[in-house]
Amino acid sequence: MNYNNDVKKTYYESIIENGYSRRDFMKFSAFIAAYMGLESTMIGQVAKALETTHRLPVIWEHFQECTCCSESFIRSDHPIVADIILDKISLDYTLTLMAASGHQAEAAKRETMEKYKGEYILCVEGSIPLGDDGNYCCIAGRSAKDLLIEAAEGAKAIIAWGSCASNGCVQSAKPNPTKATPIHKIIKNKPIIRVPGCPPIGEVMAGIIVHVVTFGRLPELDRLGRPKAFYAKRVHDSCYRRPYYDAGLFAETFDDQNAKKGYCLYKLGCKGPTTYNSCGTIKWNNGVSYPIQSGHGCIGCSEAGFWDAGPFYERVTNIPGIREEGVADDFGKIAAGVLAGGIAVHAASAAISKRKEVANRIKRGKSNEQNIES
Amino acid sequence: MAERIVVDPVTRIEGHLRIEAEIKDGKIVDAFSSSTMVRGIEQIVKGRDPRDVWAFVQRTCGVCTTVHALASVRSVEDALDIQIPPNAEMVRNIMEGTLYMHDHVVHFYHLHALDWVDVVNALKADSKKTSEIAQSISNWPKSSPGYFSDIKRRITKFVESGQLGIFANGYWGHKQMKLPPEVNLLAVAHYLEALQWQKEIVKVHTIFGGKNPHPNYLVGGMACAINTEDPGGINAERLAMVGKLIKEGKQFIDQVYIPDLLAIASFYKDWGAIGKGFGNYMSYGDFPTNGYSDMSNFKFPQGVILNRDLSKVHDVDHRGDQIEEFVNNSWYENYAEGQDKGRHPWEGETSIKYSGPKPPYEHLNVEEKYSFIKTPRWKGLPMEVGPLARLLVGYGRGNKEIQDAVNAALAHLDVPVDALFSTLGRTAARGIETQLVANWTQDFYNTLLNNIKNGDERMANTENWEPSTWPKEAKGVGFMEAPRGALAHWIKIKDKKTENYQLVVPSTWNASPRDPKGQRSAYESTLIGTPIADPELPLEIIRTIHSFDPCIACAVHLYDEHGKHISQVQNISSCDI
Repeated sequence: MNYNNDVKKTYYESIIENGYSRRDFMKFSAFIAAYMGLESTMIGQVAKALETTHRLPVIWEHFQECTCCSESFIRSDHPIVADIILDKISLDYTLTLMAASGHQAEAAKRETMEKYKGEYILCVEGSIPLGDDGNYCCIAGRSAKDLLIEAAEGAKAIIAWGSCASNGCVQSAKPNPTKATPIHKIIKNKPIIRVPGCPPIGEVMAGIIVHVVTFGRLPELDRLGRPKAFYAKRVHDSCYRRPYYDAGLFAETFDDQNAKKGYCLYKLGCKGPTTYNSCGTIKWNNGVSYPIQSGHGCIGCSEAGFWDAGPFYERVTNIPGIREEGVADDFGKIAAGVLAGGIAVHAASAAISKRKEVANRIKRGKSNEQNIES
Repeated sequence: MAERIVVDPVTRIEGHLRIEAEIKDGKIVDAFSSSTMVRGIEQIVKGRDPRDVWAFVQRTCGVCTTVHALASVRSVEDALDIQIPPNAEMVRNIMEGTLYMHDHVVHFYHLHALDWVDVVNALKADSKKTSEIAQSISNWPKSSPGYFSDIKRRITKFVESGQLGIFANGYWGHKQMKLPPEVNLLAVAHYLEALQWQKEIVKVHTIFGGKNPHPNYLVGGMACAINTEDPGGINAERLAMVGKLIKEGKQFIDQVYIPDLLAIASFYKDWGAIGKGFGNYMSYGDFPTNGYSDMSNFKFPQGVILNRDLSKVHDVDHRGDQIEEFVNNSWYENYAEGQDKGRHPWEGETSIKYSGPKPPYEHLNVEEKYSFIKTPRWKGLPMEVGPLARLLVGYGRGNKEIQDAVNAALAHLDVPVDALFSTLGRTAARGIETQLVANWTQDFYNTLLNNIKNGDERMANTENWEPSTWPKEAKGVGFMEAPRGALAHWIKIKDKKTENYQLVVPSTWNASPRDPKGQRSAYESTLIGTPIADPELPLEIIRTIHSFDPCIACAVHLYDEHGKHISQVQNISSCDI
């Protein structure tokens, strides 16, 4: 990813020019490393990559979507991450933010597709309507399907932002009037990172882009194409209300005494037990809260088919067909299966496995921190 | 002969919008507004639990996130006669108020400013002079010459890198760009600051709704239970954070947004005579302070103004037959009674039927149907909705607070009242109301604190939560003023399920194709007469269209009582299997 343009600045140079110190930079590198679940020995590599990488061209397409993914992306909050994303990738095409409209916008995209063929990252927000020959979504007089295939052709990799591009989301809920289709059903010959969520957490989106920029390769993915760093755990396993679940203490109705005490929302339909996401750990909008903390159950927005797995306020009593190719990992299968049997027989193994992993991560984070301080 | 130009995609908006305009002798003589994307959300919510619908329809739009959720829970509460607790009313008002603050600032800097601000020209600025200008219009602390020279250096390096990113192919150097380099630099600096700022104010939604975009709502109130003595509830720490965020948000609006708006507007006063349109304005009214049913205590009053006559304000009735939607120019099957007939949303029935050109295409066939947006009318008349409409209705109703705010802005810019009915007026109105709403939001916050102090900790009314308490049939309307204008959802409930559900949103009113009488809606109407300096770079079209803050995914919808639609896919059990 060197573009032979020596006036381009590296991340490190830009950060220093923007008034941050070397120490800030190293802290940021450590943060990114920890974020990705990397060992402390990797910090040096992260820092080195950030010091030497030039801006990665990115084309961001908008098809059948509501723009919540773009909105979430610009909410990414950690120090200098927003700067990095906006200044350090070259976001050459995005309907939401770009200055140019009409044929000038399309020309900018074409230029990137030609100049950086095989090197640019294609981000896709939205699903592709295959109904009625693709007439349900056209841009510049061309169908979404046509535009996707063209842009995917020269892309190094594709990021499927959000549940629309990853799973079809709300427009693909029954009866799916426009035959809304996720992109991996159409593009078969390119690596696709699926980042489900409605929307995904802003810092997760930023983290994935930084990973690609830093290492020049994709993050490790699970069997559903999701980055393991952010989708390996159920919301239930990282939920601070989990002890109430384990103790059998539940809110019975909204705003009752138990709800006020912050008891578990399982009986009010919380889908945390069947949802893989980072809401309980990273939380939302720089860690301010997440749905359960604010009193509403998880609606499962990062799971395929979650719109048809409801109703939202009914408790999960079985495992609906909300995953496409089996569960993300065996642990999830066991835990979810046990859950189907009822609350009382909750799997202790799940909790143990979770605690072990959390303890390991904390340990890793602490040793990272120490390395920075020294 | 007129030349037809096409702007597609219109960028820096939400959704997919296409404008085709005919230009003769350097002026627009006709215009066609089209949306080219459809999803069918109204059909999807049919048959579902009405308590779930807010989440589906919230996904209509992630930019004006929350407004559809709020309209939806209001429609269900209206149908089932549920009164929400005062605390929930205030929390909803606070969330809506902070949405206005967020949405209008982001619109001004990130969606609209690049129509008026020349980023590349900012490189010629004298940082010291920029600093002087900044300090003369505001006491915002980030205003030193060093600050602006840092920004300038950063932009210079960016431009010199050769990778212009989102600024590639912008309208730099266009004849219509009139700001001096120093003001351009000021605006670019604040573009970047606003990008940082906007992610803070939304944390109010995160506290009460768990996340943003798409915070959670609840039929009957809000899910965020109050408990001042427990870490699990809305307690003093959470409330203090909300207070701080509102205060800081208001500071940015008062000290950055408004001074910038007035400074930039003063260079573009000629746009006070462009983009006038037909002159009918409608507001549904919003921000209840004594319950949803007491419209007399809304902060924004409801009403309709015809032909720019502020001396008479007509009442809006959502339940009678005033509001109708037409599909004569929209890609749906015609109603059984004929394509020149309209239907009240409660009776709406439509099925998608694309009949436009096969892609790829150069032009739409505007002699026939040409958009996925339907055409709503009030008593058969087109209405403009949005911040300007809200302020004009408030003005006409004699609301002193609104009158004072409007008069002060007119005096500052030294322009006549007529200048309001324009592209400039629309953009200015957005800023004026942001200040009003920010003040009200602080009031709502104080009211919430007082309620709690007085011992009222209720946040949800769950008396009618269980479907067993519902009547066999019910219907309701949830109306509100979204940042982009009048928004309403109509629901029919039957046998505990959603029987019919329909949205008529602000951009449906503004962006729709013409009606059976040939009357143009707001976008098409306001473009007529606009001078175009360079048809290859029709910046002027973008300016007027952006002054409405288009939200097109919102505007397009499909609802179908009988499942008649062209798409054959019916048996997908889950979206992705």
